[in-house]
Amino acid sequence: MIPPTIEGAVRTRGDGPLKLALPRGALWEPTLDVLDAVGVDTAEMRGGSRSLIFESDGLTLVTMRPSDVPTYVEAGAADLGITGKDVLLEQPDRVVYEILDLRYGACRMVLAGRRGDASLGESERRLGAMRIATKYPRIAERHFEETGRQAEVIDVKGSVELAPIAGLADGIVDLVATGRTLEENGLEVREEIVDCTARLVVNQVSHKLRAAEVDDLVERLRPVVRG
Amino acid sequence: MAILGPGIDEALSKVARVIHPIPPGTRDILPDEMRELNALQATLAEVFAARGYGQVATPTLEYDEVLQRAGGRGGIGAYRFFDERGELLALRSDMTVPIARLAASRYAEADLPLRFSYIGNAYRAVRPQRAQMRQFMHAGVELLGAGAPDGTVEMVDVLSASLDAVGLDRAVIGMGDADLYNQLLAELGVGGEDRERVLDQLAAHNLVGLEMEVERIVGLDASGRETLLRVPALRGDAQSVIDRAHDLGGGAVERAIQRLCGTYDALEERGVTGRVQLDLGLLRDLGYYTGAILEVYDPALGHILGGGGRYDELLGNFGRAMPACGFGLYLERVHLAQMEEERLEGDGSGGGA
Repeated sequence: MIPPTIEGAVRTRGDGPLKLALPRGALWEPTLDVLDAVGVDTAEMRGGSRSLIFESDGLTLVTMRPSDVPTYVEAGAADLGITGKDVLLEQPDRVVYEILDLRYGACRMVLAGRRGDASLGESERRLGAMRIATKYPRIAERHFEETGRQAEVIDVKGSVELAPIAGLADGIVDLVATGRTLEENGLEVREEIVDCTARLVVNQVSHKLRAAEVDDLVERLRPVVRG
Repeated sequence: MAILGPGIDEALSKVARVIHPIPPGTRDILPDEMRELNALQATLAEVFAARGYGQVATPTLEYDEVLQRAGGRGGIGAYRFFDERGELLALRSDMTVPIARLAASRYAEADLPLRFSYIGNAYRAVRPQRAQMRQFMHAGVELLGAGAPDGTVEMVDVLSASLDAVGLDRAVIGMGDADLYNQLLAELGVGGEDRERVLDQLAAHNLVGLEMEVERIVGLDASGRETLLRVPALRGDAQSVIDRAHDLGGGAVERAIQRLCGTYDALEERGVTGRVQLDLGLLRDLGYYTGAILEVYDPALGHILGGGGRYDELLGNFGRAMPACGFGLYLERVHLAQMEEERLEGDGSGGGA
């Protein structure tokens, strides 16, 4: 019989603190707030430091673009990570365990078109497909596939709102928090695709071999985000 | 290049260097790596042979129709094409299905159990720019005609010995049961579409989605929901997992974990639990697994090193029904884990927990 040890893994990585990948950008501030609430001191990170890695309260915190978080976590370069559901939906073949809905950073993935303009429907009727500009080509393609329509999805990197205004596309699929950017650019929501919030993801090996530490972090986070 | 000086730069530019590409997800192996991979293969081959597993090789190409007999997603080759006679061929996606084919066709009358080992390339689809390989080297064993738990015990024993032999002292074998969660759903009266949706989320490793789907099930009480959410999160030291499963209580959990506990007891009797953790959330993505399933991890590597399990129904699809089990290790990843462990040791930051 294996002697009872601490709950969870018998063998742990044993090579240092858990590494947590944090998203810069819109999720940055609420992420730091949540970390503060579970007792991880984030003062150094708030100080406008240009460092990419911080040590705090038994965690190594690495900071990056939200869309890089699944890459680091899948490879095990970070044990855990926080990123938006939109990022996870756009990279569905990344093998990461999605273990907690952190509930902040709420926004909606929507299909939007020019206000009062029928070109979305007209393109569909006369050309058989809509031209859609997006930073989320896979989410957009899946949405149109699932709703039985065809769309020519155009992958753009910068301000998506420009595409229908300049005539590159009939509409856009994009993430909307307040809807103000859409409104200012003369666009309106036509369809809601999916609601997105911040999620905690974990590397598959860390999930197994550092089970106790991972579960402990989840149990500390859960009550904070459920408020 | 400018650092080499203008004269040398000029000389270099005169040598027309032509780069011929190879498909993404494939690679050349050069002598230094080949030497180490050969040593690794020799080590594993020795362990397999010492335990009575005879090494076999099967064709890289098979008839697609024969591989498809495996059923589910297990048999489908990612790369299929027509030969000169118009036959549909496939590159094998693992070694288990070809060996099942081989055993059924060529050992139809042989005494059981049959013990085969293999070291060979298999092929799977990859996504671009993901550092995934479409061709990978697989090394493992198949034990055909030995049921649970004795066959399972032997498989874990050979796997442990293999990990010992390649020097991965910290590697862990996670053991679960392919049917455990399914049975739990049945015990709790969850069926039909609910069941499929819940299993989809679990297979996608999405515990948030699992929670949402479980919440949606009509007619399940609070303790049933709690059970469905907590059971797949139980993983780690065997005794602690079993204790926590008992704490959850309820006949459904007890019955669902019964077979896995039985397997673990058998392992314990034979003293081969050293590397084994239990994992009640384990699902292997190949469709043909039926009982105990295994995954192998090393703390130095973020990817799974290999896996295996029981596939008691697979041989029946090839016309010779018998219980069977096996495991396979991804040789390149084992090699990588060895390198990482060496590096960690060199840093002085590695070592056991």
